[in-house]
Amino acid sequence: MNAPVILDRRRVLAGSGALIVSFSITGALAQQQDAPAAAPPPSPPGSLKTSPYLDSWIRIDGNGGITVFTGKAEIGQGFKTAFQQIAAEELDVPFASLKVVTADTKLTANEGYTSGSNSAKDSGTAIQNAAAQVRALLIAEAATRLDLPVENLRTENGAVVAPDGRRLSYGELVAADMLHVQAQPKSKLKDPATFKVMGQSIPRVDIPAKVTGGAAYVQDMRLPGMVHARIVRPPSYGAQLTECDTSAVEKLPGVVKIVRDGNFLAVVAEKEFQAIKAMNVLATAAKWKVAASLPKQDDLFKVLTALPSQDTTIFERSNPAAAGQKTIEATYTRPYQAHGSIGPSCAVAQWIDGAMTVWTHTQGVYPDRQGIAEMLRVPPASVRLIHVEGSGCYGHNGADDAAADAALIARALPGRPVRVQWMREQEHAWEPFGPAMVTKLKASLDSNGKIADWHFDVWSNTHSMRPGGAGSMLAAQHMAQPFALPAPKPLPLPEGGGDRNAIPFYNFPSARVVHHFIPAMPLRISAMRALGAYHNVFSIESFMDELAALAGADPVEFRLKHLDDSRGRDVIEKAAQGFGWKTSQKPPENRGYGFAFARYKNLAAYCAVASEVEVNRETGRPRLVRAVAAVDSGQVINPDGLTNQIEGAIVQSMSWTLYESVTFDDTGITSVDWQTYPILRFNSVPESIQVHIINRPGQPFLGSGETGQGPAAASIANAIANATGKRLRNLPLTRKRIKDAIDA
Amino acid sequence: MTRASRIIASIVAVVLLGGAAAAFAVVWRPAIAAVEPPAPQAFDAALVKRGRELAAIGNCNNCHTAGGGRNFAGGLPVPTPFGTIFSSNITPDPETGIGRWSEAAFQRAMRSGVDREGRHLYPTFPYDHFTNVSDEDDRALYAFLMTRQPVRAPARENQLSFPFNQRLAIAGWKLLFLRHGTYQPDPKQSAEWNRGAYLVEGLAHCGACHTPRNALGAERNSAQFSGGDVDNWHAYALNDQSHAPVPWDADALFAYLRDGWHRDHGTARGPMAEVVENLSSVPSSDVRAIAVYMAGISGAPTPDRKRQDEATLEANASDKASSASQSNAAGASIYAAACASCHASGRPLPYGGINLALSTAIASPDPRNLANIVLSGVQAVEGESSPIMPGFAASMTDTQVSALLSYLRARFSNQPAWSGVDKIVQDARRARTASLLTSPAPRNVSADPQQREKP
Amino acid sequence: MMTLKVNGREHQVDADPDTPLLYVLRDDIKLNAAKFGCGLGQCGACTVIVDGKAVLSCVTPMILLEGKQVTTLEGLGTIAEPAPIQRAFMEEQAAQCGYCIAGMMMRAQALLQRNSKPTDEQIRAELEPHLCRCGTHMRILRAVRRAARLMDTAEASPAAKGSIQ
Repeated sequence: MNAPVILDRRRVLAGSGALIVSFSITGALAQQQDAPAAAPPPSPPGSLKTSPYLDSWIRIDGNGGITVFTGKAEIGQGFKTAFQQIAAEELDVPFASLKVVTADTKLTANEGYTSGSNSAKDSGTAIQNAAAQVRALLIAEAATRLDLPVENLRTENGAVVAPDGRRLSYGELVAADMLHVQAQPKSKLKDPATFKVMGQSIPRVDIPAKVTGGAAYVQDMRLPGMVHARIVRPPSYGAQLTECDTSAVEKLPGVVKIVRDGNFLAVVAEKEFQAIKAMNVLATAAKWKVAASLPKQDDLFKVLTALPSQDTTIFERSNPAAAGQKTIEATYTRPYQAHGSIGPSCAVAQWIDGAMTVWTHTQGVYPDRQGIAEMLRVPPASVRLIHVEGSGCYGHNGADDAAADAALIARALPGRPVRVQWMREQEHAWEPFGPAMVTKLKASLDSNGKIADWHFDVWSNTHSMRPGGAGSMLAAQHMAQPFALPAPKPLPLPEGGGDRNAIPFYNFPSARVVHHFIPAMPLRISAMRALGAYHNVFSIESFMDELAALAGADPVEFRLKHLDDSRGRDVIEKAAQGFGWKTSQKPPENRGYGFAFARYKNLAAYCAVASEVEVNRETGRPRLVRAVAAVDSGQVINPDGLTNQIEGAIVQSMSWTLYESVTFDDTGITSVDWQTYPILRFNSVPESIQVHIINRPGQPFLGSGETGQGPAAASIANAIANATGKRLRNLPLTRKRIKDAIDA
Repeated sequence: MTRASRIIASIVAVVLLGGAAAAFAVVWRPAIAAVEPPAPQAFDAALVKRGRELAAIGNCNNCHTAGGGRNFAGGLPVPTPFGTIFSSNITPDPETGIGRWSEAAFQRAMRSGVDREGRHLYPTFPYDHFTNVSDEDDRALYAFLMTRQPVRAPARENQLSFPFNQRLAIAGWKLLFLRHGTYQPDPKQSAEWNRGAYLVEGLAHCGACHTPRNALGAERNSAQFSGGDVDNWHAYALNDQSHAPVPWDADALFAYLRDGWHRDHGTARGPMAEVVENLSSVPSSDVRAIAVYMAGISGAPTPDRKRQDEATLEANASDKASSASQSNAAGASIYAAACASCHASGRPLPYGGINLALSTAIASPDPRNLANIVLSGVQAVEGESSPIMPGFAASMTDTQVSALLSYLRARFSNQPAWSGVDKIVQDARRARTASLLTSPAPRNVSADPQQREKP
Repeated sequence: MMTLKVNGREHQVDADPDTPLLYVLRDDIKLNAAKFGCGLGQCGACTVIVDGKAVLSCVTPMILLEGKQVTTLEGLGTIAEPAPIQRAFMEEQAAQCGYCIAGMMMRAQALLQRNSKPTDEQIRAELEPHLCRCGTHMRILRAVRRAARLMDTAEASPAAKGSIQ
């Protein structure tokens, strides 16, 4: 729909009377994979497994109005549009005749988090199959009413049509509980060759509002009687509020309330700027006891690898016949890096008669609801979380915390909607970062220049401290009766966390991969886009180039030599061809070419990136001149959307790779804004990025939101090595590091 | 003709001939034979490294690299009161650079301001300072330059009017103003001081910006370090004429030159930002030596100024605040609304906005620097931690900027009010606009070199 | 009480003179496009046009706006009748999360009103104050170039150019 989103409270809360929705309430998160019992009945695909009722996904009202429900959130990837395309295609209705409702604990299925590039796979697949099965039910109903065989009927534009021209619209066909049936394991999906809407670059439904000032974000919400809150966060982790004389703040214009609960401190005012001014005064009135608790930044990697770890060999294969002759090893490091969402986190909450509603840009409305309910010590059923878009989050940023902040404050002001807006410095200092990581690689080449054995060790914290438990959220940690931080756990393979993409996708005769899981977390961390795959792919693909150089081989040929997977090979060849990669190529002066490839999680989308980088020899400044990528994401839903994602991945990864590092001293985070955490600006944007899509009609959707970051990083690193003759292994590859390497 | 008048005539003739001969001797310089461009491998790596450091001290790249141009390939327009001079290509390109210069030719250029072919160089190239550089340092610089990447970039025509476009005129200038002789150490001073003196008077050529010039564009030695101009910025007085609210000492100077900022003095802006960027790659000992020497130049602060430490300044500032507000309500409101949120926020320097009571820009008799900063702000540096300040050219009118500047002067300094602020603001705005139109952001040279990578 | 002229209409605003324009636009006048990204003048998400020039509304207090005209994205066009810059961004699908886009568009609009044929270098230099975290930069540049072409077409009437002043 192209109309601006109308976030009117009554409409949102009331819902429609005729809506009957039920879900599987076992609370299973899409992410958790329990060991299957012996020979279970085959389950329907995607999230239909956990939410099998068709009307959890598709609802048709008496007028033929169709609503599609997804438990996933639009976070800027274009999913609302993509899902609308999928449903429109399988239901055989015009694209514009559908409406999509996203993550809402009252209305949509529990699909866990919008993460891991799983949305297309889990939700898209569920919608596709549910829509196909709904269509089948409608045809069956029409067959009954028209007394015709099903095969003679077809659907067109929201109606079932008989050969003699009789039409029954979906609105006429649908009856009370007709769609309240469980999905079959298999659906009759449309032949991709007949796609009218799927696979087309349908313009995104949310962009028109965003370019004309329509309400589009949680930051745009204005509810009647809404008040503005600002948090006064502690100066560092673990700081204790020792005293706070709030008398001056209480007298400030517009101040409605000061909320203090242990170390949680916030002020609420009628107008937003009043709240900001009050926050500043309150911050000076608050006295904290600060304890030094962070390691020295220069010692970070030594500290990390010395911490106790749970070591697991996650992959092992041995072929004694493969004899290595030349061996090299290398260590790669990645610092903490920030999500750095352009819009600091925000939430609106309202507490009425024992029921809490929170509008939030969390990636997981259900798990966050659980956490907030636990924090407030109320049953989850009395808490409703509704996803409203925020700015891009790239993983677990401050959104969940802002939701908890808003809920805690709203409870202190019953009836009034409370809007919490984090400040820039708060987002930078308190968001959970992408964890720092260390990888050590060692490999040998045989006499033919092929890799004979491969050793990969990765040290990392967990890559998810998402709620779930209340203790994941700052408000709950800071309250007078705090909730303990849940024990960190590694995310299980095949998805993995710190070990995501640690297992090489290549075929090596002998290989051993060890995951050193570090429970202790010196800095607050959680999931950041691509999780461990960013650094693991950076490491593997940098090292592949180092081995290729040792073998005297072309980097692309070298990779192909070790890769059997045909789709992987296709993507590599496509990127190389698109770039103009030639085996004895000579880049222009001061420039280098680099190549990298990965299959995200070894089971999601494939991506290869070839890049050209120029390095200024006097200053060390790296400049990405151009990049060419190839991507295979299975059946493409929206080609332009996919291109947008890959372009964005390359640019974002370039910024991480060349510039970004969280900085801290012994008490706290010192990178607290864009001065101290610089990211890419327009003067560094490359001249061109080309994306070549390999469409696989009919193949399962493969998530592509995180497939480009790792290959882009390694491709750039390889290009810098090619340009300068120096190999840099410590992220970020800053100008100064490059200059020092050149000068050395 | 009488005998007397014949004698006089002879004397006059001799003087004229002698003068002409002398003048000829001064004006005419022989060409030095071109050499085959030396192979980069011929130079000792340690010598090249030393040359790199010296080139950083000498700030060679900043004049000899144009915005958007290749390193050391010249072409930067340098405005002077006499017209615009374009810097030359000092890459070892054989045709358009110095690739065919022998070491002797290079040294003659540094020592006497004469190029290989014998032409006089304009003193925009500060050989009045570089004449003090030692033989061995010239050798290192030569090694460094000859191992750079050659770039084919023909020299741009200088834009000078007659008679300044006659290089012979430079000969006269040199006669009057160029003093030769390698710097002589002062035995009464420490080795460090002497090292600093050698660098400052020589390669670092601080006086080229920080010393006022006479009508013929030469530094006024009697007013050394009393302040000068560069690019519509005022290079502050560094001697006892300094207006820095907190007097400089060697430690502060060292920190400032090393890191680009100091909590009592602010951050390096404008052309000084480039100097500091270069000094960050130079051995600490050299930076320290420069600091020690310049601390001597500033002299011990008078008892008066010594008392002006930060706490005192703060106290004074709040007293002055109310009187300043009363006389300039508009400026006061603008300050409170647009500036205080960063500059009075107590956020850690250098990212939280300098305490304005410490600002030399405000204490200086020349409001140009402050006008430049208020209008243009401070831009981000690519990929490096550095201060960012928004510019207010688009949101403030000239009247508003003037009111603000006058208010800042009244509130944050003990100095008398500036005069002519309105015109200065107009001129600063115009100069800024001009530079924005003619020089797009450099794309493949060093990023705007202003700050460090660690906070 | 202050009078503020926004998108051609006068508003009576009850805000202190030190209130940044951003909050007045969003909270008093209830406009969405200008966004809070940092409040420090570092990211550009709050950019609007004042008297024809792009300004960062988060560091522009009300006191500076006496007698000036403010234009926000809402003032350029609507979904039904988009201005060239809005059409260009829609046609290029130049957004991922879209949060930074309104600020980019206003900066671009101010540029195009001043210089209808900017070079690529000039566009990049102009957008230097703006951050985009999703990496949509390539499309943003394409959209600005497209907007320049749209504004340049013979059919473009002054109204269609989208500028108010």
